Amino acid sequence: MSEEPDTVASVIRDTALVRASGLVKRFGDFEAVRGIDVEVHRGEAFGFLGPNGAGKSSTMRMIACVSPRTSGDLRVLGGDPDVDGPRIRARIGVVPQQDNLDNELTVRQNLHVYGRYFGLPRAHVRARAEELLDFAQLTERADDEVEPLSGGMKRRLTIARSLVNDPELLLLDEPTTGLDPQARHLLWDRLFRLKQNGVTLIVTTHYMDEAEQLCDRLVVMDDGRVVAEGSPAELIRAHASREVVELRFAPGHQERAVPVARELAERVEALPDRLLLYTGDGEAALAAAHRRGLQPVATLVRRGTLEDVFLHLTGRSLVD
Amino acid sequence: MTQDVLTRPPGEPPPPPARSGLLPRVLPPGLYAGRAHTLVERSLLVNRRTWMAVVSGFFEPLFFLLALGQGLGALVGEVTGPDGQPLTYAEFVAPALLAASAMNGAIYDATYNIFFKFRYAKLYDAVLATPLGPVDVALGEISWALIRGGMYSGGFLVVMLGMGLVGSWWAVLALPAALLVAFAFAAVGMAATTWLRSWQDFEFVQLALVPMFLFSTTFYPLTVYPRPVQVAVEVFPLYHAIELMRGLATGVVHWGMLGHAAYFLVLAALGAVVASRRLGRLLLR
Ligand SMILES: Nc1ncnc2c1ncn2[C@@H]1O[C@H](COP(=O)(O)OP(=O)(O)O)[C@@H](O)[C@H]1O
Ligand SMILES: [Mg+2]
Repeated sequence: MSEEPDTVASVIRDTALVRASGLVKRFGDFEAVRGIDVEVHRGEAFGFLGPNGAGKSSTMRMIACVSPRTSGDLRVLGGDPDVDGPRIRARIGVVPQQDNLDNELTVRQNLHVYGRYFGLPRAHVRARAEELLDFAQLTERADDEVEPLSGGMKRRLTIARSLVNDPELLLLDEPTTGLDPQARHLLWDRLFRLKQNGVTLIVTTHYMDEAEQLCDRLVVMDDGRVVAEGSPAELIRAHASREVVELRFAPGHQERAVPVARELAERVEALPDRLLLYTGDGEAALAAAHRRGLQPVATLVRRGTLEDVFLHLTGRSLVD
Repeated sequence: MTQDVLTRPPGEPPPPPARSGLLPRVLPPGLYAGRAHTLVERSLLVNRRTWMAVVSGFFEPLFFLLALGQGLGALVGEVTGPDGQPLTYAEFVAPALLAASAMNGAIYDATYNIFFKFRYAKLYDAVLATPLGPVDVALGEISWALIRGGMYSGGFLVVMLGMGLVGSWWAVLALPAALLVAFAFAAVGMAATTWLRSWQDFEFVQLALVPMFLFSTTFYPLTVYPRPVQVAVEVFPLYHAIELMRGLATGVVHWGMLGHAAYFLVLAALGAVVASRRLGRLLLR
């Protein structure tokens, strides 16, 4: 870096833990990440929201310094992954999409051994492991094998393992995919605590509720590109509406309802199985629909969500 | 430059120790953190529970020795040793089996076990997310295979001693020689493993090992072959290991043995370099 005056810009530079510009990842002649610009600041919880195949994991792996970028610029903790990979990895925590716990070791040994990979002294690792077992609510399973643990427990152990080096930045690739609701809430609770302790989080997910719950700010990714960026509330304001009315019709009746619905809402999306009416006041729109003679078999008035944002931006749903 | 974000704030764990030694200087940064021993620690932890494998690895050559040395040896009588001196068949075959045990111990770990950890357990994906690089992984895993091969050989030497099959003090050097042999086989085995796609491909490993075991002057001297076959046999790594061991065990030591040692040094270096590169290429994509 060249000499730079101590301007606002350079102060901001210091708070950005991750800065990507024009970041590209190609596998052979397939482009998985097509030039994205992203900035993640210290202390925030940042999300990549997008459907399967959007390029979230590819991006995370580049940030984690385990996948060299094809082109573009990337800085993580101020360093270039191509040059400073080991130094950066020493200070981040990684929870990969697929758990890769060491099945030949017990729960506690997983933490010990992983800490040793970071070059931490044995005594330090031993003490840290007990804290983390407690944090992950796995103390009772400490001496058990990893294999028989439930999906939620394995995920918690993977998160505990990623914290063994006290990372400033934690990368979580689909932390709750495949977990039941209870396990998800427990996990979210742990992630909130980390955030409160000042750990910067980067989360990928294809669950809009997860993105809304966890993320201060997020980018919506589709097909290797960033299609929108902002806080969940900003995105909903910009690309959806405060409320959404869902109307389900008997087979064959939806088509005829569309023109009427269009007159009742700011915008209408026709999904194969239902109509979505975007409006500021859902109850009023629903009442109007009934007055106009629409006869849906089921109705729902709900808040606008990131799912609606995604639908609006890409014309597809997040989870098929 | 404004504050380097990579400088660690106070009160946090220390950065990884500076890399020292020769390897870090000749390797590009990012491939080697100088912490291969942490993988050996892992293997020690894991194998605390699977020590039976080590025991069986030790008994296998012992059974061979009893069957071939004592059993077959009774039929064969005496054999000509490296120096032209007469040897009992047990004395002749024991150093060869020692070499083979170093090879088998190392190869077994470097192929089957590493293949499993690499393709199925995804161990190295997890390891490479830490500051460790592919060279740490390769050296750590090769070292473990070497320790394992070395343990087989150590036990085997003790058995040879007990059966009166060691003819010279030079045999003390057979242990470091066995370690070198194990290192080289482990390194080459690990490198080869990165090309294996499925368990079926292990047939190729067997296909390479069985003839080498049978024909590398393990059971009879090189002189039984016509010259062209002799040349072919002299290319086998196991042949060089057997020459080394037989010379040391019988006390017939000459400068040419440094050539055999050099052969293994080159093989070890080559294997380690190829294994590291392949791991990096396959996992860091
Ligand atoms: N190692 C790889 N080799 C080839 N293609 C890959 C590889 N990894 C990912 N891809 C492809 O890149 C695209 C994006 O994948 P990924 O980053 O995993 O998306 P996401 O995590 O958003 O589901 C997918 O089409 C996937 O098939
Ligand atoms: Mg993914």
